[in-house]
Amino acid sequence: MLKQTEGSHAVAEAIALCRPQVVCAYPITPQTHIVEGLGEMVKSGELTGCEFINVESEFAAMSVAIGASAGGVRSYTATSSQGLLFMAEAVYNASGLGLPIVMTVGNRAIGAPINIWNDHSDSMSVRDAGWIQLYAETNQEALDLHIQAFRLAEELACPVMVCMDGFILTHAYERVDVPSQEEVDAFLPPYAPRQILDPAEPVSMGALVGPEAFTEVRYLAHHKQLRALDLIPALAAEFKRAFGRDSGGLLRTYRTEDAETIVVSLGSVNGTVQEVVDEMRARGTRIGSVSICSFRPFPLETLRAALGHAKRVVVLEKCLAVGLGGIVSDGVRKSLSGIQLKGYTVIAGLGGRAITRASLTRLFEDAERETLEPVTFLDLNTDIVNHELERERQERRTGPTAEAILRRMGTVASRIG
Amino acid sequence: MDQPQTIKYYQTGTFTVGNRLLSEDQRSVQSGMERTNSLNSGHRACQGCGEALGARYAIDAAMRATGNKVICVNATGCLEVFSTPYPETSWQVPWIHSLFGNAAAVASGVAAAQRALGRDDVRVIAQGGDGGTTDIGFGCLSGMFERNDDVLYICYDNEAYMNTGVQRSSATPPAARTATTPALGPEPGNVFGTGKNVPLIAMAHRIPYVATASVANLRDLEAKVTRAMQIRGARYLHIFVPCPLGWGSASEDTIRLARLAVESGLYPLFEARHGKVTSRTTIRRPVPVTDYLKLQKRFAHLFGKAPDTVRIAQIQRMADQNIADFGLIE
Ligand SMILES: Cc1ncc(C[n+]2csc(CCOP(=O)(O)OP(=O)(O)O)c2C)c(N)n1
Ligand code: SF4
Repeated sequence: MLKQTEGSHAVAEAIALCRPQVVCAYPITPQTHIVEGLGEMVKSGELTGCEFINVESEFAAMSVAIGASAGGVRSYTATSSQGLLFMAEAVYNASGLGLPIVMTVGNRAIGAPINIWNDHSDSMSVRDAGWIQLYAETNQEALDLHIQAFRLAEELACPVMVCMDGFILTHAYERVDVPSQEEVDAFLPPYAPRQILDPAEPVSMGALVGPEAFTEVRYLAHHKQLRALDLIPALAAEFKRAFGRDSGGLLRTYRTEDAETIVVSLGSVNGTVQEVVDEMRARGTRIGSVSICSFRPFPLETLRAALGHAKRVVVLEKCLAVGLGGIVSDGVRKSLSGIQLKGYTVIAGLGGRAITRASLTRLFEDAERETLEPVTFLDLNTDIVNHELERERQERRTGPTAEAILRRMGTVASRIG
Repeated sequence: MDQPQTIKYYQTGTFTVGNRLLSEDQRSVQSGMERTNSLNSGHRACQGCGEALGARYAIDAAMRATGNKVICVNATGCLEVFSTPYPETSWQVPWIHSLFGNAAAVASGVAAAQRALGRDDVRVIAQGGDGGTTDIGFGCLSGMFERNDDVLYICYDNEAYMNTGVQRSSATPPAARTATTPALGPEPGNVFGTGKNVPLIAMAHRIPYVATASVANLRDLEAKVTRAMQIRGARYLHIFVPCPLGWGSASEDTIRLARLAVESGLYPLFEARHGKVTSRTTIRRPVPVTDYLKLQKRFAHLFGKAPDTVRIAQIQRMADQNIADFGLIE
C-alpha cells in the first residue's frame, strides 16, 4: 500500500510486518521515533505476540536482545551514535554468539563536540564487529532492507545492522510502498533458531575459548560474511520477484558503463550524486556513480568489476578515520589492487553539514581535472582552520576548539545544545 | 514449602546437608539421588571454592523447585571461567554467558523470550560475582528489578574480583587487603566507609523477594532458592561464598569462615518481601569478629606485632550494628 510517511515510521511498520517477538527500546535522537512507533503498535494491539521492553540503557537493550535471541525468538532494537558506542561491547558479543538480531542504526555523528546530526561515524566505528552492515539509500529501501535483513540474519545466524541516515531519512516524509502482511509472511518464514536455551535440550553458550580454537572461530565468522556476499544479491533478486522492486544487493551502479570518473558513496547522498552525474553527463562529462549497500561484507569483487575500467574514483565518505583519512576508501583501494587508476578520498557531510549539488559539481570537476588532493574535506572553511592553528601556535592553552570556532563565527556557543 | 521448616536443630544442625531421619519431602536437594547435578564435578574451581559450592546448591535447588525447567545466565567471573573452558562445560542446564556487566539484562531477554513463546513453566536465573553485580552490572540489575522481570538474580559474594586476581569490589569489606587495596600506608587494606549493600538496595526497589544466604547453612540456602522459585517477578539472592585463594584462607576453612561471618553478625541472614524484612536467622551466641578475621591472610595486617585494635574494634562495631539493626539476638 502506498503511504506518505516518515522514514522512522516506515521502518517501524516494516519491523512490525516481520513479526518480532522481542523489541527493546531506549531513546536517542534520531532513532527514537522507530521504537516509539513499535511501542505504540504493541500497546494498541496492532502488533501481537511481541514483548516491548523499555530498558535502562543501550547496553541493556542489546543485552536483552541477546538473551531473547538466545532464548529462541526474533529480536530487534534500534539506536544511534552515542547509544551504539555505549552498547559496543554487547554488539561484538551478539555476533560472536551467532545471534540473528536485527538492529537499525539511525546514523549520527559522535561527540565531543556533541552533535546530533547525520554522518556515518557511529556505524563505521563498529564496522568490524562481525555484523552485516547494509546502508539504505531511500526510505523505501530502508523499509525493504529490514525485511531482507531478518532473512539474511536468520539464514546465516549472524546479526544484521540496517544503517539509515539520521534525519535525512529517519525524519523525512516520503512516499513508500508498504507491503501486506501476507507478502512479508511469504518472504520471511517464522523464526527457526538453530540453537536455543531450552531445558529439554541443554546447551552451554558463550564458553571460554582459548588460543587453540579462537582463530578458527574468527575464521568462521569471516567465512560467514563471505557467504553473505552470495546471499545478499540472491535475496535481493528474490525480493524483486516477490515485491517487484530493486532493493538492496551489494551495490548499485548508475551510468558507469563508459564512465571515466566514478563516484562511490554510501546511503542517502547517492540521490544528490546521481543528480549531479546527470547534469554533468548533459554537459558531456563521462561520469557515473556507485552506491555501496553492503559495507560488511565488503563487496571487493563486485566493486572491482564496476570500477575497473574507469580512470579515476572519488570516494565520498561521511566519516573520518582520524589519522588516516577515509574508511570506505580503504576497502575501495583494496578492491582495485593491481589496477592503475587515480583515487580520491572526500570527507563530506560530517556532523550534518549539507552536501550540496554545487559543491559536488565543483568537486567532481576538480577530480576530472585531477587537481584534487588525495584527501579532501568538502567545504572545509580553511580560514577558520588556519586561524585556529595559528591561535594554537601563539597561545599555549587554547581551550576547547569547537567553542572557539563558534565564537569566531559569531555563533553563541551556549545556544547550541 | 512456603512455611519455615519445622526441623529440630539436632536433626539437621548447620553442619549436615541431607538427613535420612527426615521424611522424603523434607530432605535436602543434595541428599537425594535424583538431584540434577546442575554444575557437575570436574570443573576448575580452586579447592574449597565457596562459589562453586553455592552455585551447585542453588541451581540444583532451583531445578527441583521448577521440575528441571531452568535457564541460567552467567556474568563473566570465576564461576563462568572455571565451569566452561571450551570444549568442556560443567553445566547440565541450558546456560549462556554474554558479558561481565549484562547478566541481568540478558536474563531479562531470556525471560521475555519465554513470555513470547508462551512458556510460563521455564524459569530464568541470572548469576554473577559481587563485582559483576554490585559494580559493573549494577545498572542492568536495577533495570531488571524496576521492570520486575521474572528472573532470580543470584550474587555469589566472595568480596572481591577474584577472576582477575583479587581486586577490590564495592562489596570488599573495610580493612581487607586486595591487589588494589594493599596493606600499606596509614590505613592498610580497603578503607572504611565505602561499599554497597546490594540486598538493601534491592529491597528499596520493593521487589517481591530479597534474601541473603550463606554456604555455612546450605539447608537454609536451598529453602530460600526454593521459596524464590515459587514467586514470580524480580527476585534477588545474595550468597556469601568464601574464596580460599582471594582471602588467603585454608581450603578446609571455607564453611567455617562462612559460619563465623554469620555468627559474628558480620553477615546477617534474612529474607524480605516487597521491601520489608520478614525473617532472620538469629544468633545464639555471637562470636567475636577476631575469630573470623584471624583465619584470613587478607586481614593479617590487623594482627601484627602490634594488633590494630582500633580498626578491629571498628569491625566489631559493624557486626554489633548488624545484630542491632536486624534483631539477630532474640
Ligand atoms: C567490561 C569488562 N571489564 C573487565 C573485565 C575483566 N573481568 C572479568 S571477570 C572480572 C572480575 C569478576 O569478579 P566478580 O564479579 O566479583 O566474580 P568472581 O570472579 O569473584 O567470582 C573482571 C574484572 C571484563 N570481563 N569486562
Ligand atoms: S579464586 Fe576463589 S572464587 Fe575463584 S575459583 Fe578460586 S576459590 Fe573460587
